[in-house]
Amino acid sequence: MALTGIQIFKLSPKKNCKECGSPTCMAFCMKVAQGAVPMDKCPYWSEEAKATLSESTAPLMKTIEVGTGSNAHKLGGETVLFRHEKTLVNRNLYAATICSCMDEADIDAAIASMKKIDYERIGEREYVEFLFVNYAGNGADKYVAVVKKAAEADRAIILNCSDAEAAKAALEVCKAGKPILNGANKDNAAEMSAIATAAGVTLGVGGASIEEIYDTVKALEAAGNKNLVIDVTGADAKETLKNAVLVRRTNLKDQDRSMGYPSIVNLEKVAPGDLHMQTALAAMFTLRYGSIIVMGAPTYAEALALYGLRQNIYTDPQKPMKVEPGIYALNGADENSVCSLTVDFALTYFLVSGEYERSKAPVNLLITDASGMSVLTAWAAGKFSAGTIKKFFDEYDIENKVKSRTLIIPGKVAVMKGEIEAKLPGWNVVVGPMEAVQLVKFIKDYV
Amino acid sequence: MAFNPKKQAFNASINAVTLGAGEKSTVIGGENTLPFYTFDAPMANSPKIALEISDDGMASLQMPGMKAAFEGCASVVDMVKKAEELHGISAICLHFEGADPNGENKSVEECVALAKEVAEATALPIIIMGCKNIEKDAEIFNKCSEALQGKNIVVLSAREEDYKSVGASAGMAYNQKVGAESAVDINLAKQLNVLLCQLGVPAQSIVMNLGSSCVGYGYEYLSSTLDRVKAAALAQNDQQLQMPIVTPVSTETWNVKEAMVSEEEVPEWGSLEERGIEMEIATAAACLTGGSDLVIMKHPAAIETIAKFIDSLM
Repeated sequence: MALTGIQIFKLSPKKNCKECGSPTCMAFCMKVAQGAVPMDKCPYWSEEAKATLSESTAPLMKTIEVGTGSNAHKLGGETVLFRHEKTLVNRNLYAATICSCMDEADIDAAIASMKKIDYERIGEREYVEFLFVNYAGNGADKYVAVVKKAAEADRAIILNCSDAEAAKAALEVCKAGKPILNGANKDNAAEMSAIATAAGVTLGVGGASIEEIYDTVKALEAAGNKNLVIDVTGADAKETLKNAVLVRRTNLKDQDRSMGYPSIVNLEKVAPGDLHMQTALAAMFTLRYGSIIVMGAPTYAEALALYGLRQNIYTDPQKPMKVEPGIYALNGADENSVCSLTVDFALTYFLVSGEYERSKAPVNLLITDASGMSVLTAWAAGKFSAGTIKKFFDEYDIENKVKSRTLIIPGKVAVMKGEIEAKLPGWNVVVGPMEAVQLVKFIKDYV
Repeated sequence: MAFNPKKQAFNASINAVTLGAGEKSTVIGGENTLPFYTFDAPMANSPKIALEISDDGMASLQMPGMKAAFEGCASVVDMVKKAEELHGISAICLHFEGADPNGENKSVEECVALAKEVAEATALPIIIMGCKNIEKDAEIFNKCSEALQGKNIVVLSAREEDYKSVGASAGMAYNQKVGAESAVDINLAKQLNVLLCQLGVPAQSIVMNLGSSCVGYGYEYLSSTLDRVKAAALAQNDQQLQMPIVTPVSTETWNVKEAMVSEEEVPEWGSLEERGIEMEIATAAACLTGGSDLVIMKHPAAIETIAKFIDSLM
């Protein structure tokens, strides 16, 4: 059970030396209790205190790091079951499946099609992070050949293989990229664990039931391997949801650290070849505790929907999503196109730019820095005022970049019209509609 | 130590509300667990899907797959009859888009006449969705509630501005179900339920429309609102939030960029129809996972998938 700040303080050296960066030991211990600072910031713990504390202050759910370089990823590390309780930490990642049962041309095609999904959305790269390389039992040589192809694809790798010999051979060619070896079960756990440990990679643990998985994880932990992920995939969607929820809930709510590992959900196994069903299930597992979601052959259309959802869910509820301030030329707008001003709150930007795009009218959408607040909130907080707008115009040199002198402002801040006109002489400030949906009709008069 | 997970069924439950009358009436709500947590306790009633049909009929179907499913239909009534044959549809949502005074401005009489025709043509429960114009909607809801007495319809929605007139007519005078619509906020949702109950609308006659958004477009607000409402209703036994949740999905998903921008403009995105379907599927699945007891959808392919999704989890 987690200790309180006072309990930790009793074990502290009580020197008030400030070396940890906190003014007193008491303050430091309070922060440790909240998980805000690691306990090793203090060099003066007694051995006894360390032993007591390291167990109880360690996070309930481990953060597992896999992959290397630009394909390095963090999984897990969650502290709550629902995002409103605090925030979710490491977004769920996606994998595309290839298999040793596929012929070479199909594998190349699958990799090429997976690689097409690679774009940016509100400052985040959206792409398929993993290749899930399935072993069909048709010989280690065949498997190694496929793994080699995967290793060249510039993605992190999950080896889905419970055959020790094939796994060992496959790791030889890809272990430098820190893949996940997914394939331990109750029968082969010790052997697979030895192989994974020798190669320095994370081991994925599965089983026929959640009880069996639990026992296998316990056995692996007892043998000293805590670099694990749990493959929660069951026989069907229903069992997979049960496993995913029970693993996370047992961990975070019932504080059982043996379930404190990230999860793998294999949708190609639950709904083979059914793209639409995989989308529905992936949406569910984005909300309910999938750390890596394995798809069959993900499409761009699926990605647009699922990455949009993921980006929403993994935003910190205390920090709004923002877009970069600047000039966004929509529908082929040039320097003579009318200017329309709004704030950098991502939702506002999406609604406004979406409506303008629908209107097909060329518009220079000016996004000002309003700390990611919506129009009225930013206005009330003084983050969206004639002064901040003037500053934005100077900083981004709008007067020289744009020849048009018509500026549409959001209808909700109509009161600012006079002040803006005073700050921006020469501009014709027009009050736009109250809601974004009315823009399509409104903009017709200005193009 | 063997694995012994704690069950988390609650002592409180969501109200079970019957929609429609007769053999095809359907019950939503009733569960005392989080959505699809059948390992805690069985879910009393499976979540349901309603098909959105616009008063514009066939003209409102923008995708080939939608048109194909209703091939040969000439009128809204034809479409409703056809819908009965489609798998997974438990209710019809009649969307009076054309009533908007800023649009076609169809008269209230016209709308009521259509609602009556639809009610005669189908035994499926009927949900009446307005045009977002407060005054016009209130009139449509009142008149439809009167005309369809005994059919146990749902009107979407009673809002802060018009809950008195909609609640008094649909909820009290004509004994229909009232959808309480709030703007993606647990406090606003609760407040509206309290107001409706104080007015005299029975709690059992209220369903909640907590607002809607498409995945990628501020869905986090809806997601967290759903999570919080279910937690309050079940874990804290908050009776003012135990109404089942109805979420319009199609009205949001088919208006976002991904479902609108042509294939010529963004060739790499692929089929426009497929994009829209995926947006609708992902949004509906996310809503159901969060706690919607009924989702309103449009594309037959998306509906088929979500029906299968629900079946596979029950």
